[in-house]
Amino acid sequence: MEKLKYALFTGCTAKQSTPEQMMSTLAVADKLGIELVELTEASCCGASHLQDYDDFLSLVLNARNIAYAEKHELTMVTICNTCQLNTAMTKHRLDNDEALKAKVNEKLAEVGLEYKGTSDITHFLYAIIDDIGLEKIKEMVVTPLSQFNIAPFYGCHNIRPSELQNKTHKTPESAYRPTSLDDLIIACGGETVDYEEKTKCCGFHVELQAPRTAAILTGNAIAGAMDGNADWMVTPCPLCHLKLDTQTHHASEAIGREVELPVLHMQQMLGLALGCSAKELGLDHHLANVNFV
Amino acid sequence: MSTNTITTQKVNFKVFRFNADDDYLPYYEDYTMEVTSEEVVLDILNRIKWDHDGSFSYRRSCRHGICGACAIKVNGRSTLACKERMNDMIELFGNELTIEPLSIKRAVKDMIIDKADFWNKHDAVHPYLISDVVEEPETEHLVSPEEAEQLLEADLCIQCGACHYACPVVEINEDFFGPAAFAKAYRFEADVRDEAHTSRLTELHEEKQGVWDCVKCYECAEVCPKEINPIDKITKLHQMLFKEGVATSNVATRHAVGFKHSIEKHGVLDEGGLVLYSEGPSIVKHIPVALKMFKKGKIVMPWNMPKSDNLDEIKKLVESSSTAKF
Repeated sequence: MEKLKYALFTGCTAKQSTPEQMMSTLAVADKLGIELVELTEASCCGASHLQDYDDFLSLVLNARNIAYAEKHELTMVTICNTCQLNTAMTKHRLDNDEALKAKVNEKLAEVGLEYKGTSDITHFLYAIIDDIGLEKIKEMVVTPLSQFNIAPFYGCHNIRPSELQNKTHKTPESAYRPTSLDDLIIACGGETVDYEEKTKCCGFHVELQAPRTAAILTGNAIAGAMDGNADWMVTPCPLCHLKLDTQTHHASEAIGREVELPVLHMQQMLGLALGCSAKELGLDHHLANVNFV
Repeated sequence: MSTNTITTQKVNFKVFRFNADDDYLPYYEDYTMEVTSEEVVLDILNRIKWDHDGSFSYRRSCRHGICGACAIKVNGRSTLACKERMNDMIELFGNELTIEPLSIKRAVKDMIIDKADFWNKHDAVHPYLISDVVEEPETEHLVSPEEAEQLLEADLCIQCGACHYACPVVEINEDFFGPAAFAKAYRFEADVRDEAHTSRLTELHEEKQGVWDCVKCYECAEVCPKEINPIDKITKLHQMLFKEGVATSNVATRHAVGFKHSIEKHGVLDEGGLVLYSEGPSIVKHIPVALKMFKKGKIVMPWNMPKSDNLDEIKKLVESSSTAKF
C-alpha cells in the first residue's frame, strides 16, 4: 500500500492549550505510517466566531488555508471539529458558488494564491477510518484497552450539519446515532459507554458570554458519562476537550454535583492501544488526572 | 424487489403517557405493531389512539407538513410526525422506538405540551412587517425576486417548535429566544419593506435572550422539517448587528472581533490575548483555571506566541478583505 500522506491543519489549540493533542497526533501518525505535512502557513479558521463579524474575511482566510493544502496536492486533515466545520463549510460554499469563488480568488490573487477546490478536507478520525480501516487498526493494537469503559464524546462540529459532514468522509455518520468514535473504541479493545449526552454540545462557544449555560452543558456531559459507568471519556475535538478537562470546577458548581473524569483526545486513546508511551502522548498535560496509565 | 412492494416489520414502541390532571408522574406504555413501509410517524400515533387506547392525546391537523401541530420526539430527535417516514426512523434507530412529546417538562397530556414559552418568544421578536403603509398607494410596492431571495426561505417556517425544543440553550436559559424566533426575526429583518430594523435588532443583541447566547451546536439545522437552517439565520443576524451599528461593546462582540485582531497579528489565534481582549478587567475570574493550566503546560507566554508562516500574506488579506467595522 502506498504511504498515506495528508496536509495537516493543526488549528490553534494544538500549539497552545492542548499541546498533548499535537504530540499524540504525531505519535499516532508515526505508528500508523502516515506522513503529515504541516500547513505552517495556515491561519486561525475563525472558530465559528469571526464569521459572525466578517463573513467574507472568514471565507478568504479559510480559502487561503485550503489553497496551501491544494499546493501540496494533498487532502487536508483537521484535528479539531470546529476547524473541520469552518474549513469544510468554506469549501462547500466556494465549490457551489462560482461568483463567490471568483470574489475570494480575486483577494487571494493579491498574495499569489488561488483556491481551486481540488483538495478534500476531512477530520483525522475519519481519515483513519476511511483510509486505514478499523480492521487494520484492530490488527495493529498491541495494548488492548479491554479493561476500560470509555465514553465517546463526538462534538457537534463533526456530526452536524450531517448533510455537509457526510460529504467530507466515506463512512456515513448519523447525527443521532454516530458510530465512528464508538467503532474506534471497540477497535482499540475498549467497551463503549452509551449515554444521551454523547452527541450533545459541550458549551465551549459561549464560555465567555454565557458561562452558566456553558458550565451546565459541560457538567451534564461529564455526569452522563459518569452515570454510564465510564472510566474515562474520549473526544476528537480539542475544544470539547478543553471544556471537559479544564472546566470541571465550574461545571460541578453549575449542576450541583462533583463531576470529573479523565478525558482523552481520540489520538491519545488510539496511541495507548498502539503502544505509545504516556509521555509521547502528553498525558501529563491534563488537568483531570489521567490516573490509569 | 419492486419499489412498489409494501413491506412490514415489527417495531416496539415505548410511548410517553401523562395526564397533568390525574398523574403524579409520567409513565411509558409499550405497544408492538407491524409497521408498513408506507407509514409516517403520525400513522403510528393514529393507530395507538384508534386501535389501542382512545385516551391517547396528540395534536394533528393538516397531515401535510404545513400546520406544524404534530411535532414530537422519536428517540430524542425532534420530528414532524406527518412528514417523517417510519422506514427512515427504523433505519436510523432500529426497531425499538421511544415516542415522547417535544418537551417532557412542558407535557400537559401525552404528546400535547404547553407551548406558551415558544409563542411568547415568537411574539417577542415582533414577527410581522413593521412599516408605515400608505393606505391608498399610487404605485405598487415592488419587491424584486433577488430581494425576496434574501429571506433565504425563513418565511417557510411553520412554527412547529422542532428546533426550539431541540435547542440545548432553551432547556437551560429561560430568557433565550431560541432558533425559531431568531429565524422569524431574520425573516423580517431581511425584508426590504420592513422599517423596524434597529429596534428589533436591539432586542436580539441583548444578553441572555439574544443571538449571542447561541452555542452553535447545529441541532436546529439538523431537525428543521422545512430545512430552514435556523443557525444560518442566527449567523446573518450576528452580521446585521455589526452592519447596522447595533452591536455595542460587550464580551460577546469583542470575542467575535478579537479573532480578526489576533489573526492579523499572529495568523493563529492568541488564546490568552483573545480572552483578555474579550473580558477586559473581568479576566481576573479566569486566573484560577489559567494557573492550573499553566502548571500543566497549557498556557503559552506572549513572548513564545507561535506565528503563522507567511504572516505578511495574512496581514495583507485582513486589510484588503475586511468588510465589517466595529
